Amino acid sequence: MALTVAWIAVLLLLITSTGLLIVRDWRWSLILLAIQYLGVFLLTLQHWPLGMSSVKLVAGWMSAAILGMTRSSFPSQEIDEQGFWPRGRLFRLFAAGIILLIVWVTTPTVDTIMADAGYAITGGSLILIGMGLLHLGITTYILRVVIGLMTVLSGFEILYSAVEGSILVAAMLATINLGLALVGAYLLIAQNNAQTAEDEIE
Amino acid sequence: MSAPAIWIIFPLIIGALLLFINNQRLLSILGGIIGLALAIIAQFIPIETAMSIGGFSLKIASSITVLGRSLLIQPAEGPLLTIIYGAVALWFFGAEAANAANRLVPIGFMITALMVASIAVEPFLYAALFIQMAILLAIPLLTSIYEAPSKGITRFLVYQTLAMPFILLAGWLLGGVEASPGDLSLATQSASMLGLGFAFLLAIFPLFTWIPMLAEEVSPYILAFILWILPTVTIIFCAGFIDRYAFIRTSPQLILALRLGGLAMLVTGGVFAAFQRNLARIMSYGAIAETGFSMLALSLNVKVGIPVLFLLIPARALGLAVWSLAVTVIKGHVENLRFGKTQGILRILPFAGTGMIIAALSTSTFPLLAGFPGRVALWENLARISLISALWMGIGIAGLLTSTIRSLAVISMAEEYTTWQPRESLAQRIMLGLGVISLFILGIFPQTIQYFLTNLPLMFEHLGR
Repeated sequence: MALTVAWIAVLLLLITSTGLLIVRDWRWSLILLAIQYLGVFLLTLQHWPLGMSSVKLVAGWMSAAILGMTRSSFPSQEIDEQGFWPRGRLFRLFAAGIILLIVWVTTPTVDTIMADAGYAITGGSLILIGMGLLHLGITTYILRVVIGLMTVLSGFEILYSAVEGSILVAAMLATINLGLALVGAYLLIAQNNAQTAEDEIE
Repeated sequence: MSAPAIWIIFPLIIGALLLFINNQRLLSILGGIIGLALAIIAQFIPIETAMSIGGFSLKIASSITVLGRSLLIQPAEGPLLTIIYGAVALWFFGAEAANAANRLVPIGFMITALMVASIAVEPFLYAALFIQMAILLAIPLLTSIYEAPSKGITRFLVYQTLAMPFILLAGWLLGGVEASPGDLSLATQSASMLGLGFAFLLAIFPLFTWIPMLAEEVSPYILAFILWILPTVTIIFCAGFIDRYAFIRTSPQLILALRLGGLAMLVTGGVFAAFQRNLARIMSYGAIAETGFSMLALSLNVKVGIPVLFLLIPARALGLAVWSLAVTVIKGHVENLRFGKTQGILRILPFAGTGMIIAALSTSTFPLLAGFPGRVALWENLARISLISALWMGIGIAGLLTSTIRSLAVISMAEEYTTWQPRESLAQRIMLGLGVISLFILGIFPQTIQYFLTNLPLMFEHLGR
């Protein structure tokens, strides 16, 4: 049963992380990010107790909420696409396919290194790390950069939960996730302020 | 009362409280005094030793427990805290002159507390988590909420954040290597992970691109603070790894990697600086070269390398503080920091111009200045191991010297009959003047700092004994 749930979570992570690469609307991006944290929670649950795993879910959802509330206060949709290159969805799908192929090939080796954490956990985490790095490679827009970083960190957190059960680590990783969202919100506000000032001058 | 409460929790709270003060002068003085007080306490009140003051008995405990793990500041780490908080005080006293106190003092306290926590946390590999928190705090320190975030900021955030997973995973893998030392593939994997983590964290070539980018975009004084505290504590953290794991200590490949990495930083920093035409970028490459010096020190024989590493720390702090303050003052009087706009600036900013050149010369191993004793010791010991490496170090230093001489030529190239009209404020003149004098004192009398450094290597169980 637990194994089935884990594989469902992997599928969920594959869909959300690929979706994050493809969608252009920030609302969909944040919805997918929130769903992604559900997948992270399900995979973390394989090694951590419910209480500790739910910290990841709550912190992730709070992070998505912080980013969503900040972004929703800006009027323009245009800035989303600045620096999100290349724009072709087909290209991004192709790149995601290559990442998936690499994950497929490397999962058994990484699983052995990570004390047989389980293929689902290793595969799920590698998908997130790979997709997150791809995301970081094709964008300079701050919201997407933060989402990319959160995706990479989520992947790492799944893998690390298999080998480390410290409450302090769980708390600090949750704090870092929230901090990353707050930094993202700060930079988004700064970007919007600068753009507003520029518009006023024009 | 415990040491982590004094040097970690207290500065965190103070930092948060200082966010509510807007007066630059008050912030600068308050921050400097508190930093100095923390440094003095660290030097003169021993940890884990009962003291009787008047009728009271006082003992500072070395650890506290947080969520099942402990923050532990050993008695041997007292002098390191003195140096860290002493340098922080120096930075905060100069913050008003650099017009940066509003952000630097409160957030600087919090970052310093987190960096000290990274040295204190047990198990020590959790340090990566504290360093990551400090990096997140550095973002609002480096950028204003009214300016669009630059590419340098984004790159800084991404590169530094990617370091944490590598270091945490490497720490876990190293535990496995300890259990089965014969497993060569596991040792290689963990070493690679560790190397990648520190490459991101220390901004080792070619991952330092964010540093010159940021130098052009943000306040040089604030950037220099980050370029001092992050690499300094990270290098100590790195030394902790080497100290803790026998196979790293005894691995010639890892020592060679450290030496090559250090030389790459030093040579690229020095040579790239020589070709720059922007004063802030030259300073940033100087900071990159400084990290190279520290890595080279770590690659030496431990009996020599660790004392040299600690000897480099105060010189780096003082040199960068004076250099960045001078560049910040110049920035306030010109359109930008490119050579074309700073030509002849020495006539109107003589204190800043002199401060910048003297600090740059100190970084370039110029005799009689603070950087000289540590670097000469490093150079001499490096030459004993590898003459080729010493030659490369010379190339890096030559690059730094070239950039300094070019800068001097540009800022002194005023039009004929231009009169001297100093425009620095009194605070700027005092801070720059004191900084330059201190650079000479540390260079001419290096033994003055030995008082703090003698017992510092003892903080490492194997490297320092």
